[in-house]
Amino acid sequence: MTSFQPTSDTPADDTKLYSGAEIIVKILERQGIEIVTGMPGGAALPFYDALRQSEKTRHVLARHEQGGGFIAQGMSRVLGTPQVCLATSGPGATNLLTAVADAQLDSIPLIAITGQVPQQMIGTDAFQEVDTYGLSLPITKHNFLVRSARELLYVVPEAFRIASSGRPGPVWIDVPKDVQVERIAVENWPEISTPDTPVPAEQSIVKAAADMLNAAERPVFYIGGGAVSSVGASEKLRALIDDKNLHAVSTLMGLGVLPSDHPRALGMLGMHGALYTHSILDRADLLVVVGARFDDRATGKVAEFCPDAKVIHVDIDPSEHSKLKHAHIAISGDVSTTLDALVPLIEDNPRTEWASEIADYRRRMPLKTPDVDNPTSPYGIIKATFDSAGPDAIVTTDVGQHQMWAAQAYPFNRPRQWLTSGGLGTMGFGLPAAIGAALAAPDKAVVCFTGDGSILLNMQEMATLVEERLNVKIVLLDNAALGLVYQQQSMYYGANHFASTLQEAPDFSDLARAFGIPAWNLGNLSADKARERLHEAFAGDGPALIHCPIEAAEQVMPMVPPGGANRDAIDYDSKPTAEQGDRDHAAAV
Amino acid sequence: MLQPYKELPDTAQRPNTVLQLTVRNHSGTLSHVAGLFARRAFNLEAVLVLPDKNADTSRMWLKVAERQRLSQVVSQLQKLEDVLKVEHDPDGDDIFERTDAAIA
Repeated sequence: MTSFQPTSDTPADDTKLYSGAEIIVKILERQGIEIVTGMPGGAALPFYDALRQSEKTRHVLARHEQGGGFIAQGMSRVLGTPQVCLATSGPGATNLLTAVADAQLDSIPLIAITGQVPQQMIGTDAFQEVDTYGLSLPITKHNFLVRSARELLYVVPEAFRIASSGRPGPVWIDVPKDVQVERIAVENWPEISTPDTPVPAEQSIVKAAADMLNAAERPVFYIGGGAVSSVGASEKLRALIDDKNLHAVSTLMGLGVLPSDHPRALGMLGMHGALYTHSILDRADLLVVVGARFDDRATGKVAEFCPDAKVIHVDIDPSEHSKLKHAHIAISGDVSTTLDALVPLIEDNPRTEWASEIADYRRRMPLKTPDVDNPTSPYGIIKATFDSAGPDAIVTTDVGQHQMWAAQAYPFNRPRQWLTSGGLGTMGFGLPAAIGAALAAPDKAVVCFTGDGSILLNMQEMATLVEERLNVKIVLLDNAALGLVYQQQSMYYGANHFASTLQEAPDFSDLARAFGIPAWNLGNLSADKARERLHEAFAGDGPALIHCPIEAAEQVMPMVPPGGANRDAIDYDSKPTAEQGDRDHAAAV
Repeated sequence: MLQPYKELPDTAQRPNTVLQLTVRNHSGTLSHVAGLFARRAFNLEAVLVLPDKNADTSRMWLKVAERQRLSQVVSQLQKLEDVLKVEHDPDGDDIFERTDAAIA
């Protein structure tokens, strides 16, 4: 690869030759990377030896490469800049795959650097050799197999540029061991790479969009994760929605762009969205989609999603336009810069009829949060945790019922406060992502909502958590089941529960203590006592585990039947019988 | 005469479209392009790859059996870092026919 990388005027030391490993470390330092995370191994040892000598970049030792990948993701999701995870060849690389695929699905900037067997051994089935380039190809924004130390001067800054430009994503750099040890003279270091400046959308298209919005009688904004990644978009959206009396729904990834308690925030749409949210979307005559991609968990059966609405779709990735739902106006652009052009063209229009219709849906079909005042009920523990953690806390989740209850009911107030595995839905995300969040924001408490199923998938990272003494509070909702599987079997598989109960569980409090994490159990306590214990757990600034037993019979409601339209969601008072559930399921497949 | 992909004629009349890509000439590029078609379930009828004279780039002709989703195919191809240009080659069918005739 001979591509050009602009050089800076920062000279390298011309009295020495730099190894490939030293070149990578130097460029990471210059990119402002203060923490890298991962696990060493044979093919990564030259790199680790160079890293040992860095005075600017510190290493956090994960206990599993997947944990390292999610720690780096946690940092990326909080900071909004590419962060770096490391692994050796072979199993190190394969263990990283899940965390990198997760970053790809949620558009998170991430740099994965792996050691590879020496080039002369590639293709010989050498010890700890896998085709990392081939494995990473379909789950990254881009990937590199580096052939020489000289190439690193181009590849590493380019990886940062690609990961952070346009729609962010993961970039994988696979570095054979001989490239890590090859020594070359370096005259000047490459320029520190920065994201490409977004190209502003064409003014004529923005004008057409403004005209369509101004003419709409029942518009709804549809806010996705792109409004989180676009710098400044959240403030601009809030101002627009406030000033022009507009309303907005949010995807799972867009939570926090508008505060949950914003008077014109219409909640989260999708499989577990409130009934009022979907009724309003059904009535909308215009959807203004900002940084979202019509994920099937958000839209339900897409052919029946927002049947009466025209669509203005703002997305920095043009391949999302009309991929799943036709865009009447497609704006290829960054959300924030597009809003700069769009906002001045939006006319005042109180749309009082629409506002009162919305208020009516909201009143008649609210999100139900039963037993919310009981701190050991599903919604109660979410609320009580917020009361103890305070509005500054960052929240991560694993995947399952606890994730959906938190998404529905936690009061978010800003973007990058909510870290969850949306697209890939990876159990095991929560704890390492919380460690990453705490590393990136050491002044804030980090809450990790998890379940008794999810926590076991990356619980080895408790050792990392203790070693780093981070302020992470693990709130474990324990129903002795894989709750969302159990719920779907209850509803759609004739209540035949199979492979979804976890009766032979460890004592989670003792397990946490074995790692050196103090633990509090909320089981069999009065509401007051449970709240008191939760406060105690949050009092310190180190790690803690709060164990909250709940009933396996608790369900996340509303729920859209898999494959069904959002309007067909069922709620607490309309749960189907087992036979109906089976019919729904048969119809969906 | 190559055309920018935006000016594609109505392809409904023809079963296949031929796209000409200018790509970075390295061993991973073909995997990236072929992998994209496989994982997005796009139909790919034929591929021809030739290095350019400067050796830094190659040209790749793709015979694509996608009418409804052609613009989706093109915009996904344009996202690949190693794909530098995507154009529509209205005479592209000839390339495949001549190749076909040569090996028949």
